[in-house]
Amino acid sequence: MTVSEPQTRHVSDNNQPPVRIISRLDIKGSNVIKGIHLEGLKIVGKPGEMARQYYEQGADEIIYMDVVASLYGRNNILSVVEEAAREIFVPMTVGGGIRGVNDIVAALRSGADKVAINTAALQRPEFLSEAARAFGRQCIVLSVEAKRRGPGWWEALTDNGREQTGVNVIEWVVEAEARGIGEVLVTSVDMEGTEKGFDIELVKAVRGNVSVPVIACGGAGEGAHIQALLEASSCDAVCCASLFHFDRAPLPALKSALAAGGWEVRL
Amino acid sequence: MIAVVDYGRGNLYSLSHALSHIGVEHIVSDKPGDIDAAPTIVLPGVGAFADAMDALEARHLTTPLKRAVTRGVPLLGICLGMQILAAAIEEFGDCRGLGVIPGVVRALPEPAGTHDMRIPNVGWRRLTLRREDPLLRGLERGVVTYFVHSYGFFSEDDAVIATSDVNGLAVPAIVRWQHVVGCQFHPEKSGPVGLEMLRNFFAEAAGATAGAC
Repeated sequence: MTVSEPQTRHVSDNNQPPVRIISRLDIKGSNVIKGIHLEGLKIVGKPGEMARQYYEQGADEIIYMDVVASLYGRNNILSVVEEAAREIFVPMTVGGGIRGVNDIVAALRSGADKVAINTAALQRPEFLSEAARAFGRQCIVLSVEAKRRGPGWWEALTDNGREQTGVNVIEWVVEAEARGIGEVLVTSVDMEGTEKGFDIELVKAVRGNVSVPVIACGGAGEGAHIQALLEASSCDAVCCASLFHFDRAPLPALKSALAAGGWEVRL
Repeated sequence: MIAVVDYGRGNLYSLSHALSHIGVEHIVSDKPGDIDAAPTIVLPGVGAFADAMDALEARHLTTPLKRAVTRGVPLLGICLGMQILAAAIEEFGDCRGLGVIPGVVRALPEPAGTHDMRIPNVGWRRLTLRREDPLLRGLERGVVTYFVHSYGFFSEDDAVIATSDVNGLAVPAIVRWQHVVGCQFHPEKSGPVGLEMLRNFFAEAAGATAGAC
């Protein structure tokens, strides 16, 4: 299939919405964990404290990802979200273990605004259509774990990067958009946790083939990686974990640097 | 007690927590008596206009709401709760709103180019401030708030406090008609800026109530 090139984001556009800077918390049990290539998970803190800190520092959104939900077929992340909703007043997205309409209802009831779906959608793509119909497309984020397999070809993995599917990421996001999703969260499994920068080619390929907002995730180790990504692709949002967990580029400094570089940000 | 109107449309969890967070004691209620007794009312909402009006009617809430506005009770409408303050929605000629702020609800313009915003318009958007207002006290510059909507409330110019741009159209983001205020965005999801607007609204409402006594 042809992969069309996205237009570069125009820094000077008056009406350009702010670039969304999203803080991602990978949750295992009662802890925030972080790995490399979605593996080798280490505990980095408590979700409540970390989310509050990121909110206070200016995170535009918080994504909670239950990294073991698909493996064990259970979901204990909602109590974390419910607690967070008492003191965090920006949009919250919940992913990991969203398998049916009932899971979405439970996530929204606990205070989430959106859900991110990966494994269940690849197993049964109709789920995306059903979810978008029932809750509106603003509520449904397609989460893609992309593993580079060759030039211009990435495979969609499931279960937090553990399982192969043979599905082409670009074809998959196009189908998912047609099924009514509202956003794509694309995580590069190759770059994730490496702090060596984004898979910009991946983000451009996804962005060039869908018109819903694209959230780039995986690989940011310094603020310059985000600037490079924004300059090269027209992605709408950036999602970071290590960058904030390990204080590589704290949110206030990152946003100031982006603003100084001419990007619209929410300060 | 300050009342958040619950008519079964939308998640009131975040809004209720936001009010608690800023120290506003309130009840979340679908009882006409609570609305009649409330010194200040918040009307939230997510979903479709006609469906929301039906849900309000089914709970016998439209009359108490209109009565409260007539009595001068401060009211804050949020998102769909702002839109149903209008007289009508354009696409459905016979669908009436509460009609407490002049204006009409209309679909947002669809994207024409690749850089245009998709509808529903979802995300953080910068506000263009048109006039000073107590709601914006301390927030004069660089106000960015969180929107989720497919329709806009197009009000009379002198009711419009702030707008946000959607595909080239200035869509009202804050409207005010006397003691009734509407926000198209979600202040309870707009970070410290949104909380500040809520604080401003309730501070002004408390002042108005005290003055009336």
